[in-house]
Amino acid sequence: MGEQMFGYEFYVDPSRCIGCQSCVNACAECETHRGTPMIHVDFLDRANSISTVPFVCMHCDDPTCAKVCPADAIKQTEDGVVQSSLKPRCIACSNCVLACPFGIPKMMTELEQMMKCDMCYDRTSEGKRPMCATVCPSQALAYVPREQIERTRRDKPTNVFLFGKQRVTTKVFMMLPPERDALSVDVVDYMWEAKHESAS
Amino acid sequence: MAKPPLPIETLIDRYGPHLNYVPPGGWRDESRHPAEKLVKTHCCFCGQQCGIQLKVRGNQVIGFEPWEEFPFNQGMLCPKGVKRYLQANHPDRLLDPLLRTENGFRVATWDEALNFTARRLREIQERHGKDAVAIFGGASLTTEKSYLLGKFARVALGTRHIDYNGRLCMVSAGTAYKLAFGVDRSPIPWSDIPKAQVLLIAGSNVAECSPITTDYVWRCRDNGGKLIVIDPRMTPITRNADLYLPVRPGMDVVLLMSLLHVILRDGLEDREFIAKYTSGFEPIADSVKQYDPKRAAELTGVPPDSIEKAAHWFGEADRAIALHARGIEHQSKGVENCSAIINLCLATGNIGREGAGCSMITGQGNGQGGREHGQKCDQLPGQRQIDDPDARAHVAKVWGISPEEIPQAGLTAQEIMNAIHAGEIKALLSMCFNPLVSLPNADFTREALEKLEFFGVVDFFLSETAHHADVVLAGSLQEEDEGVAANVEGRVIHIQKAVDPPGNARVDWEIYCDLARRLGKEKFFPYKSSRDIFGELREASRGGHADYYGITYEKIDRQMGVFWPCPSLDHPGTPRLFEDLKSLHRDGKFRFLPTPYRESGDPVSEEFPVYLTTGRVVSQYLSGTQTRRIGALVDQYPEPRVEIHPRLAEQHGIKDGDWVSITSRRAEIILRAMVVRTIRPDTVFIPYHWAGRKSANKLTHRTLDPRSKIPEFKVSACRISKAEKPPE
Repeated sequence: MGEQMFGYEFYVDPSRCIGCQSCVNACAECETHRGTPMIHVDFLDRANSISTVPFVCMHCDDPTCAKVCPADAIKQTEDGVVQSSLKPRCIACSNCVLACPFGIPKMMTELEQMMKCDMCYDRTSEGKRPMCATVCPSQALAYVPREQIERTRRDKPTNVFLFGKQRVTTKVFMMLPPERDALSVDVVDYMWEAKHESAS
Repeated sequence: MAKPPLPIETLIDRYGPHLNYVPPGGWRDESRHPAEKLVKTHCCFCGQQCGIQLKVRGNQVIGFEPWEEFPFNQGMLCPKGVKRYLQANHPDRLLDPLLRTENGFRVATWDEALNFTARRLREIQERHGKDAVAIFGGASLTTEKSYLLGKFARVALGTRHIDYNGRLCMVSAGTAYKLAFGVDRSPIPWSDIPKAQVLLIAGSNVAECSPITTDYVWRCRDNGGKLIVIDPRMTPITRNADLYLPVRPGMDVVLLMSLLHVILRDGLEDREFIAKYTSGFEPIADSVKQYDPKRAAELTGVPPDSIEKAAHWFGEADRAIALHARGIEHQSKGVENCSAIINLCLATGNIGREGAGCSMITGQGNGQGGREHGQKCDQLPGQRQIDDPDARAHVAKVWGISPEEIPQAGLTAQEIMNAIHAGEIKALLSMCFNPLVSLPNADFTREALEKLEFFGVVDFFLSETAHHADVVLAGSLQEEDEGVAANVEGRVIHIQKAVDPPGNARVDWEIYCDLARRLGKEKFFPYKSSRDIFGELREASRGGHADYYGITYEKIDRQMGVFWPCPSLDHPGTPRLFEDLKSLHRDGKFRFLPTPYRESGDPVSEEFPVYLTTGRVVSQYLSGTQTRRIGALVDQYPEPRVEIHPRLAEQHGIKDGDWVSITSRRAEIILRAMVVRTIRPDTVFIPYHWAGRKSANKLTHRTLDPRSKIPEFKVSACRISKAEKPPE
């Protein structure tokens, strides 16, 4: 692995996830927040399926968490990594926690600070891959060159997400079936699902 | 006699399992006191044997760093691998030998403990004969230790009874592969998996039991391969299956024969391959005629269309691979199930080529290496048969004894426990084995342990089985000694010593050498290091199928592992077997083997109408001796739950989270329900990692495969009902 991770990008492929929580456990080994994982893995609907999905910060180009922060405590690095709140500024109001479309930030009440995945800044700046993407046994989380993902995966990366009318673009890519360009999540989807559940 | 000297609760208070959550010095300590060195070694748990770097400071393992250059896993680790370092510096760690007293265990000196052990073994052998003493080993031991244990039993004790916990793991596959191919090893390196066009996975919860293999499977699919999964449960690997065949427990052999039926009916077999390179095809072709997809569907519960489709995919592919694990092997017809997989591959010419073949997914850390060099009751080093006069002569020469002095084959693990229960075996010396949790019918195992006149244990934690011990010899963790292991592929890897054993705990092989000295056999155990043992093992294996002669520690480090056989120092090793399309049988043919269906030893009935199957979860390992002591792993799946399909649950008024009584012909246990649609409605599943009243193996039965002697963990009969209250 080179000194710099030039050309490497972060890819999330939920369809590969096996729910093993290796990422969660490895995240808790990261030096900057050792003992506290910044990732979570959820079953989508355990009663009906074994499908799981890992959540890491997507590192939005124009992060909602930062936009709603009344204390201007959430900053991006030059290369687009959205960081945990700045301790001196953070007022622990949880606006970011509520507003993030991906549900990523965690309010650490005992620290009075929001903490989140910073894509292992301490590791990538030393030429190491992020902890979670290094250990992930299914490579649902992968930190590899774009060329490699295009050559080796059936699915296609996107970084465009539509939450109703909000269009979010991100530094982290999500793998989608080749026929889809963007991931759209609309309230209507949930209305249908609710109706479906009550009918069954 | 050997009842626990104190109530179990008191023993647990004292010796655990307690939960270790944080590294030495706390989470923040490493930033103040960084690691002094990174030791490139391997995970101590499963047969994947992932490369990992342990962070070491002041003779303590304080964390880990992925080892991305190691080719098998390239830095990948499952949660057990990530948290494995927390077994070191554990509060439950045994730091001294223990002797049993009227009121518990007391710390003893090594002299006391070893003298006592040697005296008791000698007394019992003098009174009841050599074979009144049995040895248990385990497949987490390095190959050096496995080899040493085999030699210790046969040379120091002169008993024929030595077997190991791999008897609960790899023996059905091993038997079938030896019968068909003449050798017991995965024919393929794992790098072949992504190259297959069709991948059939039978009875293997890959994602939870061999997690790193998941990426190989997904890469196969990304390359356009089709994935077929055979399992009564939808395990995580089924989320991307192109075809899922939800087989009824114990019916795998019928399903596999039906696949061959369709392949032969539709002319998809490789006739030239069959004619040139195999023997025994005709009777097999006849035997599968009875299982047309319609009949097979009735028996297996798999729809006929799915059988047709799977057979066509497998038969039409140029390159197909079939992987299998304990799901089909833990049956009273485990050997037949594996043989049926092999028959499929032979009929379609899928062997000895890149991206084609079959393989068992070895479960335990050194499941492969640990079964090759002498702790299996019927084998001598080099995977030699103990009843082969040439093998006996070769090994006797290396050992410096006469061939007649080597005892003949002894009993297998469960049979040893049966013989203890029957009073025929009076003493047991056990290392790396927790039979009270891992053998079937735990109440029977407990009764047997209570009958032992002498029970010695070598271990680093006090397992539930060790509660019954007269003496416990504080041994070493994997990271406290050097040696080799062979991973799932047959790749021999190098376990590096990272730290010394703490307190007065000792390296395992030294304990056995000291015992041998006290038994008057010092001259046969002159080793000063693991390296000395490995040197002798190389000679002992020389010329055998599992030939390690050309392997050295340095060569392993240089090549990142060496695949056996490796007969000479300039030989690179053998990643793929049978590239010359010859088996290791004298005639060089691959053998088709008969696979008749037999009923389970514990059939479902009116009284016990539900199938019970057992297995593992990703965060725990085997009997949990290590992983039930690691906080994060326990939090991930704190205790066993019984998986029930909603249709079955509804019949009994059971809701998710309710307490459920599960009763088999042997026992009842009460667990919380996990109501999920991802299991067959006629089957319940319980993971087996726990002891006492949470033990799935209280329910299972002692029926063995007649050849491999593996217990039938995967098929039992039970009934369920809603329990009014939690267990007492």
